[in-house]
Amino acid sequence: MAKGKPILYGAWISSCSHRVRIALNLKGVDYEYKAVNPRTDPDYEKINPIKYIPALVDDDFVVSDSLAIILYLEDKYPQHPLLPKDPKKKALDLQGHEGKLSPDESIQLVQRYIDKGFRAIEKLLDGCDTKYSMGDEVHLGDVFLAPQIHAAINRFKVDMHSFSCRKSTQFWHASMTRTWRFRHFKLHCPRISQMHLQPNNQKLDTSIYSSECVISAIMRMVVIASC
Amino acid sequence: MAEPCAPASRPILYSYWRSSCSHRVRIALNLKGVDYEYKAVNLLKGEQSDPEFMKINPMKFVPALVDDDAVIGDSYAIALYLEDKYPEPPLLPKDLKMKALNIQIASIVCSGIQPLHNLTLLRYIEQKVGTGESVPWVQQQIDKGFTAVENMIKGCAGKYATGDEVQLADVFLAPQIFGAVTRFQIDMSNYPTLARVHDEYMRHPAFQAALPDRQPDAPSSA
Repeated sequence: MAKGKPILYGAWISSCSHRVRIALNLKGVDYEYKAVNPRTDPDYEKINPIKYIPALVDDDFVVSDSLAIILYLEDKYPQHPLLPKDPKKKALDLQGHEGKLSPDESIQLVQRYIDKGFRAIEKLLDGCDTKYSMGDEVHLGDVFLAPQIHAAINRFKVDMHSFSCRKSTQFWHASMTRTWRFRHFKLHCPRISQMHLQPNNQKLDTSIYSSECVISAIMRMVVIASC
Repeated sequence: MAEPCAPASRPILYSYWRSSCSHRVRIALNLKGVDYEYKAVNLLKGEQSDPEFMKINPMKFVPALVDDDAVIGDSYAIALYLEDKYPEPPLLPKDLKMKALNIQIASIVCSGIQPLHNLTLLRYIEQKVGTGESVPWVQQQIDKGFTAVENMIKGCAGKYATGDEVQLADVFLAPQIFGAVTRFQIDMSNYPTLARVHDEYMRHPAFQAALPDRQPDAPSSA
């Protein structure tokens, strides 16, 4: 029986969806992309009862949460492995994904958290003098880091030059300009490409965040309540 | 040339008694029968900012695990490291879909619920929004997450969340439900499957030994 292509439900602005797009492209998985706003699309709940994005529908299987999706892809599509075999390096890669970062309008607070997270990641990567964060191949840490750096630069005006070894910025620029797979995802995400290339004057649409980004609603509430 | 093997030292867990993230790792270590050394990091006294601890985990979070020359922060990374290093008993099923389900539930807890009621954020809300405002906020976030997980497991739960064996989802759910019940007065009758598995966790020795008030740094009861 012919199997359909996996379907990725996501949103252009969602960095959690962005991670999964990168992983799918790295593994060369042909997928169908469906843009969705879980808050306003009434049919989405029938597809994913927990209404989070991103979500991947693979035949009769629905999985949401970017880490769960990516680790599922890692098992099903072992080409271009995203996790090292060495348990210690693997743990380091997994540790790097937990950036605890919060996209939001409360810029100062967000910048503080991004600064904390990026400085910690810089320390974890200290001594890794490689093309990407942990080696000369893209790994899971890079898949999570890239969208976060993109959001930091384009949405939250984080000055990447304040990070001493600038590894994060170097990786981002290398990935966006050199690797065909990242160019490929730009075809699916032209608005993100535009955000990267041009000053961002767009008002944030914070209504379409996935579970990991819900903290933005907290900050918005806090900002509004404190005005 | 064969060299005599130095006895491996015990892993060291940096933990705070009430930290739900540390609680997860304590459960995992107990389930796998790993003998470890417990080092307390008092978050209320700011010991996470000590320079020595920051070398262990630059994010200044607990838990952190030092296992010979491996230094790992973040409960999820530690749990998956333990899963690789101590394969028995396995916490992740071999079936891809059930494995993804467990990873998803663990991720919902550690990304989508717990960070939304951590101490820093609650203090921020109390300060910026108003005294007592953090309570309805926490209840709303826990309700959202628990409703999602309840819907995910009600078709596949057995004795535990995703079957009749303890799996990764249980390791992450147990501390979250414990905190919800004891600290945030969540009414578990809205989540009958989660309430039932919570009762099972409270009966399981590995989970019992990991409870906050059984840790060396827990305050003595008055």
